[in-house]
Amino acid sequence: MLEISNINAFYGNIQALHNVSINIKQGEIITLIGANGAGKTTTLMSISGIVNPKSGEIRFNGEVISGKKPDKIVQMGLAHVPEGRHIFPYLTVMENLDLGAYLRKDKENVKKDLEHVFDLFPRLRERKNQQGGTLSGGEQQMLAISRALMARPKMLLLDEPSLGLAPLIVKQIFDIIKRINQEDGTTIFLVEQNANLALKVAHRGYVMENGHITLEDDAQKLLVNEEVKKAYLGI
Amino acid sequence: MDYFLELFLGGLTRGSIYALIALGYTMVYGIVQLINFAHGEIYMIGAFTALIIASVLTILGLNSIAILVIATAAAIVYSSAYGYTVEKIAYKPLRNAPRLSPLISAIGMSIFLQNYVLLAQTSDFLPFPRLIPEFAFMEPVSHIFSSAELVIVSTTMIVMVLLTLFIKFTNIGKAMRATAQDKTMALLIGIDVDRVISVTFIIGSSLAALGGVLIANHIGQINFYIGFIAGIKAFTAAVLGGIGSIPGAVLGALILGWTESFATGYVSSDYEDVFAFALLVLILIFRPAGLLGKAETKKV
Repeated sequence: MLEISNINAFYGNIQALHNVSINIKQGEIITLIGANGAGKTTTLMSISGIVNPKSGEIRFNGEVISGKKPDKIVQMGLAHVPEGRHIFPYLTVMENLDLGAYLRKDKENVKKDLEHVFDLFPRLRERKNQQGGTLSGGEQQMLAISRALMARPKMLLLDEPSLGLAPLIVKQIFDIIKRINQEDGTTIFLVEQNANLALKVAHRGYVMENGHITLEDDAQKLLVNEEVKKAYLGI
Repeated sequence: MDYFLELFLGGLTRGSIYALIALGYTMVYGIVQLINFAHGEIYMIGAFTALIIASVLTILGLNSIAILVIATAAAIVYSSAYGYTVEKIAYKPLRNAPRLSPLISAIGMSIFLQNYVLLAQTSDFLPFPRLIPEFAFMEPVSHIFSSAELVIVSTTMIVMVLLTLFIKFTNIGKAMRATAQDKTMALLIGIDVDRVISVTFIIGSSLAALGGVLIANHIGQINFYIGFIAGIKAFTAAVLGGIGSIPGAVLGALILGWTESFATGYVSSDYEDVFAFALLVLILIFRPAGLLGKAETKKV
């Protein structure tokens, strides 16, 4: 569904990604784990068209998307929940959600999807007239995921959804991520520093170090891989 | 009492014009964090366009209301085209440059447009025809509040309401607010940010052109330099109210209009600018972000 082949990305003169190749099939949850600054966020930003890779190619459902403008990529069915959640702080929860469906013309289905995200995260229904900036961290993460779902994406890119959240909230959010994958059939590309957590929900995983993909395997196998255990699982 | 009322209404009129121009500054700043110093020139070009169109239509023998409407519409279209083009030429290529670069580019644009009009037209003051008729129902109060002033104040009020509704409820209005708050996220939900920026410049330029036509009609003369003075004043109003804030720009403009009007009326017209800028300094000392501005607090 998503094929990243040999992309190289730079910030000025500094190369952030070196020949990164990742392959994601429809219906999968794929995780990309790695330390701070490994290039995980840059990989996602390249998929969304915010960062333009210097070389290499990204295809989504067979069509080349590298070099396209971000709005065209969203239109094709890719929704991105960035690191740090990026809620519009002075817009209400409802307005944030409405904007998630910014490019959609099927207003009837948008209403249905709104009910759907309110069922997934009942807390948001209670807070729907509150400004985004007044929500707690966990609620903001729920809103960020919901806003992305409002685009009715074929594939969801999640960047560090567990960042800075209490373990109980993290568990809740990861349960929802699994549900979105199983019940809605949405393909998920999950970037996480919390490798243990990510590998437990994912089907397959990639390990990134200094801009290189160093390992690729089934998530279950990565969980017991000696190197991964030592470097990322702290065992 | 009549004198006070006259100054109050005069200040309201002045403030309305400042508000129309200040909105362009504040909206552009809100979206791209740029002080568009060429904005005053857009207002001046609006006034010139209206003058040229009005002169032609007068020769053709139309009545003054028709002339006013057509000339204003032409000024809005022409100024919008200028505002749109200035953004594409002078600011868009510098979008990822350090913040000082587009600022210098803006000052350059301002100087260029002033001198362009100076060369294409003249350095003299040109008389601007009075197109707003004296309304009969305004007769009893016309010594303190003229018909032209009534038109300026009411037009501004209507425009403000329309603008507020536009930003609150339309899709592009929501996209503008989203872009102002978080540009990266706006891109990620599929907002065409380039288009939003263009629309912002077009709206700002239209309002400035409207202000230019109304004030030229009220004062009765224009030259190539009017944009500079009005631009500085409107910019002051925008900063006073809190740059980036739309209600702030209107509030700042009204306060500035009244300050100038009362200073002129009770002290001396020589001191109107002194009072205006002293007020700015005073407010910024106590409220650095302006009256309704939001102090920058970044969450990490």
